[in-house]
Amino acid sequence: MDTVKRKVLIVDDEPNIVTALEFLLERRGYEVRVATNGEEAVALAESFRPDVMLLDVMMPKRSGYEVCQRVRERPDMQHVKIVMLSAKGREAEVSKGLSLGADLYITKPFSTQELVERIDALLGAAAKPGAA
Amino acid sequence: MKVDRRLWLWVGVCYVGTLAVVAGVLATLGAGLAPDEQAAFQRVLNERVPALVFALILLGFVWFGIVRWFSRRYPQAARRLAEQTRVVLAANPEYRVVADGAPELEEAAHAINQLAEAYHRALGDLEARSAEARAQVEEERNRLAALMSELTEGVLVCNVEGRILLYNERARRLLAPKGAMAPQSAPLGLGRSVFALLDRDQVAHALDKVQQRLAQGEERPVTRFVASVAHGALARVMVTPFFDADARVAGMVFTLDDVTGLLGREGQRLALLHSLAAGLRSPVANVRAAAENLVAFPEMDDARRAQFAQIVAAESGVLSSRLNTAMNEYADALKASFTLEDMSVADLVSVARRRIETALELPTRADEVAEDLWVRVDSFAFVQALAYVAGRLRDEYGIREVRFRAQASGGFAALDLVWTGAIVASEALSLWELQPMRIGADETPLTLKDVLERHGGEAWTQTHKQSHSAWFRFLLPLGERVAIAAPAAAAVGSRPEYYDFDLFGRIEASRELEDQRLADLTYTVFDTETTGLQPSAGDEIISIGAVRIVNGRLLKQEFFEQLVNPRRPLDPESARIHGIEARALADQPAIGGVLPAFHRFCEDTVLVAHNAAFDMRFIELKEQASGVRFTQPVLDTLLLSAAVHPTLEDHRLESIAERLGVRVIGRHTALGDALVTAEVFLRLLALLAERGIETLGGALAASRETYYARLRY
Repeated sequence: MDTVKRKVLIVDDEPNIVTALEFLLERRGYEVRVATNGEEAVALAESFRPDVMLLDVMMPKRSGYEVCQRVRERPDMQHVKIVMLSAKGREAEVSKGLSLGADLYITKPFSTQELVERIDALLGAAAKPGAA
Repeated sequence: MKVDRRLWLWVGVCYVGTLAVVAGVLATLGAGLAPDEQAAFQRVLNERVPALVFALILLGFVWFGIVRWFSRRYPQAARRLAEQTRVVLAANPEYRVVADGAPELEEAAHAINQLAEAYHRALGDLEARSAEARAQVEEERNRLAALMSELTEGVLVCNVEGRILLYNERARRLLAPKGAMAPQSAPLGLGRSVFALLDRDQVAHALDKVQQRLAQGEERPVTRFVASVAHGALARVMVTPFFDADARVAGMVFTLDDVTGLLGREGQRLALLHSLAAGLRSPVANVRAAAENLVAFPEMDDARRAQFAQIVAAESGVLSSRLNTAMNEYADALKASFTLEDMSVADLVSVARRRIETALELPTRADEVAEDLWVRVDSFAFVQALAYVAGRLRDEYGIREVRFRAQASGGFAALDLVWTGAIVASEALSLWELQPMRIGADETPLTLKDVLERHGGEAWTQTHKQSHSAWFRFLLPLGERVAIAAPAAAAVGSRPEYYDFDLFGRIEASRELEDQRLADLTYTVFDTETTGLQPSAGDEIISIGAVRIVNGRLLKQEFFEQLVNPRRPLDPESARIHGIEARALADQPAIGGVLPAFHRFCEDTVLVAHNAAFDMRFIELKEQASGVRFTQPVLDTLLLSAAVHPTLEDHRLESIAERLGVRVIGRHTALGDALVTAEVFLRLLALLAERGIETLGGALAASRETYYARLRY
């Protein structure tokens, strides 16, 4: 297991959060790819085959909800863990995200450390951190 | 003449009769005489011819005298007595008859005078009683008017047809249009339709809800909605039914509250919260992520560190400026949501089903709608949203039936619009959310997204492959259960006094308009001033004035007066007539803008004008340009005057006014002439009734028959 790097696809149009998350997850031993809009995300999901998708809700072109629904429509991607990240935190939106197949719905701002821990937990036997 | 002839006839009869008797007597006597005696008698007669002729003439005079004396004392005196009696009856009950004939007639006169006395007293009593009743009604009205003017809410009362029976000043101010267009017009008026003032669909929807709750046994159902009224204001409208003696709905009371400011503030507050939430979360997240990395990985290279430090600095800057902006815009936050009301989902579903079935003719069904599930909802907007989605399903995916399902889901109610067959791509909903909603032919400026945001709700599609069914799920905030009010015992029998207004009983029967009595109709009496006399040669309307007649009363306070920019130079000749100067017209709206306002003012009334063909010709030529058509019946006071006075030649407005005792003031302004025409028209109605013309159809037929009807402009 340790030899296979777990893959994370970060989908967010905010470069600053992407920089931070990418840095952190790479240090944690994940293989990371970034998509900055919904369409790119759907395409990358197919080629990159991530284990986890971090999905921002508010994006140009397709919204995070649509990407989520798209991914869940495909039988070969049922195992992908989807974590929705959103600047919108109303209950109805959380409920919508979970109904459409997200595993987690996390409202911004969040603790990066906690996010990583929750991703680890989602993947069960998580990849060991590559460095201290 | 007639009397004279009869007099002469009687004189003749008596005279000839006497002669016949005398001749008969002489003949009888003569027949019994011997021939010589006859000859002697003949001789005697012959000798006295002059005397006999004199006697014959005298006899004539005597008979004339006798017959005349008799005729004066009896038949003529009787006729005079009858005429005097008619005066008592028709004109002046205080008049007393005088007999100048035979003593028997004097007796009759005495008896008539006694009768007149009794009649006069009875009339006086009646008058006193009705004056008392009027005074009482007047006092009640004043009391009610005072009460209503004290209210800070606008109040409108209307009958089951939506005709306005009563309104207060506050309602008038809320509903009357302001601004440049028709500043004096008042589409709010007695007898007018409430549907012209408030959105027809919203009112109908409110009435539906009231009916439904009545059917469920609620005694005093009240329903609310928010309506946009004149000049962009928002009013919270409360609708309460009231009942007649048989406990049937007799009408509705609309209470209007101006909530423009409140809603505006609430909207601002919501916008602020949204912008804070959306605007702050991301930068905070960015700062936090960068900062946490800096803390957690002190060994990172300088370039990285510098990059994260940059992020922290930039995002902190964004944060502080956003916060400042938000704080500057911060206004009073009032916690009140007028647009939303608590409603049971079952009711909501049944209203939505009816709407979808009637507006879209799409069959619906209710599957598994949870009992006793309440939502907080703007039911009008939300039902529109449901109908809109159902309509698009029908139009774009050929869906033949929709079903409803509802259950509680977390802190929300999940209302599903379910269909079988077509799969709707999730992108489709995103698109539908953003387009203005259209249901059948009705388009609203709202989008589905607006409606969802107003509720703090969400919507998405889900599919269930096994059953080939799919649904739109709407999440709505849960509401509080509204208890059905227990019947209020005190309300029975304590009915408000203003139930007695005349207009209450005036429920229009569904008779053809032409069969309606003239006295029952509502009229708009109008006049126009124009640049000249030839509409087809480019003459234009420069002013329209109109007043209303409701229930036989001229409502001077409900008038329409508007100058019109003719968009052409004024002829100085015509300016002398109407006294309007070109300068006064430059800032006025053009006819294309005025006619629609006038059309609203005339809605559901019969038009009346003097020489109406002239005014109607001008208006008809502008119908195309202004997009309104005047299809109501038109009565013409010129034609009606000709119909009641066919032997008179002069039917100019001034002449008729003078003839009928109407005081002419302010002539040659459109409104002044309209007022004179209205007074004349009211008097003409009475004269028409005398001639047995009592229906609109009758008046129109009489008009057609008159000579002037053939004039064409």
